[in-house]
Amino acid sequence: MDHGEKRLMDKNQESLFVRLIPFFERYGILLLILIMIAVLHLLQPDVFLSWRNVTNIFKQVSWQSMLALGVFMVIVTAGIDLSVGSIIMLSLMGLAIASKAGMPWYVVMLVAPAIGFLCGMFNGIGITLLRMPHPFIMTLGTLYIFRGIGNLISGGVPITGFAEQIRVIGNGKIKLDVIFGEGAREYIPTSLILMIVIFFIFWIFLNHTRIGKWIYAIGGNPGAARAAGINVDRILIVVYTLCGFLAGIGGLILAGRTNSAYPNAGLQSELDAIAAVIIGGASFFGGRGTVLGVFAGVMIMGILRNGLNLMNVSVFWQQVLIGSIIILAVYIDVLRRQLATRT
Amino acid sequence: MSDNLVLEAKSVSKFFGTITALQNVDLHLNKGEVLGVVGDNGAGKSTLMKVLSGLYKPSEGSLFFDKEKVTLNSPRDSQNLGLEMVYQDLALAGNLPIGDNIFLGREPTRKVGPFNFLDHKKRKQLTEEHLSKLKINVKSADQKVEELSGGQRQAVAIARATAFNAKIVLMDEPTAALAVKEVGKVLDLILNLKKLGVSVIVISHRMDDIFTVCDRVMALFQGTNFAESELKNTSRDEVIGWIMGKKD
Repeated sequence: MDHGEKRLMDKNQESLFVRLIPFFERYGILLLILIMIAVLHLLQPDVFLSWRNVTNIFKQVSWQSMLALGVFMVIVTAGIDLSVGSIIMLSLMGLAIASKAGMPWYVVMLVAPAIGFLCGMFNGIGITLLRMPHPFIMTLGTLYIFRGIGNLISGGVPITGFAEQIRVIGNGKIKLDVIFGEGAREYIPTSLILMIVIFFIFWIFLNHTRIGKWIYAIGGNPGAARAAGINVDRILIVVYTLCGFLAGIGGLILAGRTNSAYPNAGLQSELDAIAAVIIGGASFFGGRGTVLGVFAGVMIMGILRNGLNLMNVSVFWQQVLIGSIIILAVYIDVLRRQLATRT
Repeated sequence: MSDNLVLEAKSVSKFFGTITALQNVDLHLNKGEVLGVVGDNGAGKSTLMKVLSGLYKPSEGSLFFDKEKVTLNSPRDSQNLGLEMVYQDLALAGNLPIGDNIFLGREPTRKVGPFNFLDHKKRKQLTEEHLSKLKINVKSADQKVEELSGGQRQAVAIARATAFNAKIVLMDEPTAALAVKEVGKVLDLILNLKKLGVSVIVISHRMDDIFTVCDRVMALFQGTNFAESELKNTSRDEVIGWIMGKKD
């Protein structure tokens, strides 16, 4: 075989390999979820795939997924939002106080998303107009500020007992009597439906609107976006506001799920959200990642925690495992970039 | 000055803090003319281009498009007046496909009820038409820009600048990053634009570029107008002298 022939063969082999990359980039993560489900099903055949356990996972991830979705958009712009865990707590406290003050349920329901919206806007304005050197610093500041305000307005004590209409969002059940017969115990959690609807809306927003396209462009090259006449600061304010708004929705779901507002709500959940986004394949450098990936990342975290709990693995080992998965996921991202630039 | 004037800058100055990047610079450009702008590093060429495109606001002086005085608040304003810029750093988002880059900020949309959604089909079709008009060869309009060669990226940047029937195109070192065989294609593209009646301003260090495509050349030195001439009345040696601040 002469030299030219050999090079031709190398090229063919590479192109097959290169052609497989986008496939794994898009569906590899779903494959991972399927493998996790299969393994956990083998280990816990009676429990893991039971209706009760699966709905439990979805109820658990529904409020966390709101944080992850918001943080995802922020990370696509090559930013970060550390304050979402505090926003969820503040919006939860605001909701509880509005409820305690005897406001009608439809007002109470609006309070949490509204507070989240304002908190997010505050972050966005600080990052752009105040020209904070990095979103990390602004949102690190508001991580303390928002939780502090939440404790100030509530006196640092839990507030419990909300209207039925509020509780339905986080804890409601859509009975499946029609399918499984009268009195069946199978149901779909309301929060799962809400989660799917919101993810779908944001998938449309990011993939099929101009602002969505600009969010990716800003993450890829903010200079290019600016040169194209895009008002980068305005788009960043929109992104951080939406992130806060989603955290507010998360607060609303959490209110329904726990029927209480408590000082430690959402503590460190900003880190879980970032972890889910990174595991879901978004690049920390911005411009890369999909809504489906975020959903997958959230599910991986949820399934992992649930499975390990079922097998009575200690919380400490869970921390070690989740940390390892984050590092592994980012390492895969590094390898992927190397391959992409080599072609 | 002729009646064909499409762009004029009068006594433009630009200060960055205590640094003077441009001092009372004048520039004019006629329809279908290719103007070369030369000067050493830091002479103010790129700053002048950024003032003309609206990316920087001039500290002093004024701009005229088609003899009307204008104030540019962003590159969007100059785009609306028919001026497009091809940036030295190319100003492309590598994570986005070719078509998305060409139409960034001006994406074709279609209305569904009260909402405007991206028209992916139309964008793809317009991209392919435009690329084939300019004879730019790429695997697919959906290819990400970060996967392209330097020459292909330059082609995409020029395609982006000319996708909306620009009257004036500014090019900052359009051939600097290119392989030798790709330079000719870009220069051909500039001459094509001239034939179509487009006015072009080319910043270049390469005398070959200047003397192949330009009608007129002007030199900046330390942020000021230094010399200017019709191309036929000057020589390479003289222009190189201007760049170094030497005049007979």
